[in-house]
Amino acid sequence: MTAVSPGVDAALLRDVRSSRRGDRVFSGITLASGALVFALLAAIAVFLVVKALPALEHDKSSFWTTRIWDPDGTGKYGVAALVYGTVLSAVLALVMAVPVALGVALYTVEYAPRRIGTILGYLTDLLAAVPSVVYGLWGLFFLLPHLVGLQEFLNRWLGWIPLFGGANGDVNTFSKSVFAASVILAIMILPIVAAISREVIRQVDPAQKEAALALGATRWEMLRTAVFPPSRPGIVSAVMLGLGRALGETIAVALVIGNTFAISAHVLTPGGNTIAANIANRFGEAGNIGVSALIASGLVLFVITLLVNLIARFVIYRSGVQERSAAV
Amino acid sequence: MTADLYSHSSLRSRGLTSRTLPRTALAGVAVAAVAIASLLFAVTPLQGVADFIVFATALVVVAVTGLTLAVEGRRRAVDRLATSGALLALVLTLLPLGFTLGYTVYRGAKRFSADFLNHSMAGVGPLAPNGGVYHAIVGTLEQVLLASLIAVPLGLLVAIYVTEYGRNVFGTAIRFLVDVMTGIPSIVAGLFVLAFWVLALHKGFSGFAGSLALSILELPIVVRSAEEMIRLVPSSLREASYALGVPKWKTILRIVLPTAATGITTGVMLAIARVTGETAPVLLVVGNNNFIHTNPFNGPQASLPLFVFQGAGSSSKFDVDRAWAAALTLILIVVVLYVAARLLTRRNSLAGR
Repeated sequence: MTAVSPGVDAALLRDVRSSRRGDRVFSGITLASGALVFALLAAIAVFLVVKALPALEHDKSSFWTTRIWDPDGTGKYGVAALVYGTVLSAVLALVMAVPVALGVALYTVEYAPRRIGTILGYLTDLLAAVPSVVYGLWGLFFLLPHLVGLQEFLNRWLGWIPLFGGANGDVNTFSKSVFAASVILAIMILPIVAAISREVIRQVDPAQKEAALALGATRWEMLRTAVFPPSRPGIVSAVMLGLGRALGETIAVALVIGNTFAISAHVLTPGGNTIAANIANRFGEAGNIGVSALIASGLVLFVITLLVNLIARFVIYRSGVQERSAAV
Repeated sequence: MTADLYSHSSLRSRGLTSRTLPRTALAGVAVAAVAIASLLFAVTPLQGVADFIVFATALVVVAVTGLTLAVEGRRRAVDRLATSGALLALVLTLLPLGFTLGYTVYRGAKRFSADFLNHSMAGVGPLAPNGGVYHAIVGTLEQVLLASLIAVPLGLLVAIYVTEYGRNVFGTAIRFLVDVMTGIPSIVAGLFVLAFWVLALHKGFSGFAGSLALSILELPIVVRSAEEMIRLVPSSLREASYALGVPKWKTILRIVLPTAATGITTGVMLAIARVTGETAPVLLVVGNNNFIHTNPFNGPQASLPLFVFQGAGSSSKFDVDRAWAAALTLILIVVVLYVAARLLTRRNSLAGR
């Protein structure tokens, strides 16, 4: 800044001063808003801990290993079955959704003509915009009955794997299950994983792809050598974000999962539960300690999803990939 | 571009180095595979529409790949298999979308009417066939509007800080935290407001409590889309403004934001579409109400997603019908918002980058 000489118009001087003050005020306001994000995240952690403490102190059994949920009555409850069901259903959902999501992302960017690719992008994003309660309703009334055939098939031919075992082919025992929940979750996280992967794949340098093709590579060989390696970190983080979403999904899962507290490897048999679904299903009937216990389980969920998200973001930031998708 | 280069006719059909299959041969093999599948389903105990589709698809893929393997060699066969895989993934993605939307329209149409939209559930028992969602629509609109009144200005300010001022450690940290916030499960946001607003401050259930939870979910989406759009504003516009002596804050408010306005609006509408359907936070802090309750700051309110959730769990078939019609209403609101946002993108001068 140059020093103001005595001959300068007083009005101009006033203008400069007021604009500097304006700048200070405005940057102060935006800075405060930014700081509010910090405060908000801290407040979430603090208030969850504070409100979870009464139940944790009241707990008559071990919070981590107990497989029943009766905080208001006997005071015995624990998150063992809930954490198990949450992780199991989310991982199964990933196994189902990720290959399909990658396939559709590849198709949208590399195979489809540009116009159709754009429309496909809109459609997959629309899939992400359908509210979870609608998926839950659809899962309960449409998917569950239509899933019986597939469950029978899996049970008959792959029943020797513990995952698909149990039930002895009895159709009537197939109903609300971990499997149904993970199918719904797979449908719900598919567009998220697809959208981020799509943006990541789109950013691959076309020169690399053309070079591969010019060397005589088939399209698949081009994808394998020129597209996959640079987009791997972005895709990994897309999968992690999908996992985070699957872990925390509430309503759709609450409607199609068994709401029981057993830890079973058989995903086709009725039963199963997740942290989020348990909160949704038990909140209505919970007393003071019950609500506090649910908050304690929510705290566990918060920590799990936070870890998954931190890892995902860390992978993104280190790779320098910019994911640009408003849908996620 | 790359695709055109690859499919250039002189490279493919004339076959510079190797034999290539004509398209008709591939189509013929596919038709033959479907025919064989039909025959098998006609004479053997195999049956069922879904089974047939799966079986026929698998047969077509195997036949096409096998033929390519025999004539064109392993590399081309793998390539064709990958193409089939990508196509199959596309079908598997669009199938649930079609079934969800289609089935919701089919079941929802039974009760969906003007009568359904402008009546509440006041005095309507679970076993009565009438009633509607007017009270729930009012609740949802108020809650989402209030949430947006909190999240949009705040999100814009955070985005401005991150893009225009925060070129330092603190700015990077905020960007990171906003990204982490996108991953907060909606039920956790609900639990936080429950612990903070309802339990610690003793404010009780209200529509506004729901708005608070929804704004936590809406904030990171708004920040990220606004940030993205502000970054797209050409720096020449800013520099021209500075050169004319306009202070930075005025440049941001008068030049940068208006230029990015269309894109920001798109982002905000997508964010609103996202939170409109959120059920979990509403379930925890809004309570429920069968009557029209227009005051969001005091007392339990109804909301559309919650109406669907409770109807889904009911044993009354009328409740279930109402839930489907409410789900249809919800989807219509979300889809309209979504399509409007996309149409707006087309008018965005910055999006064509």
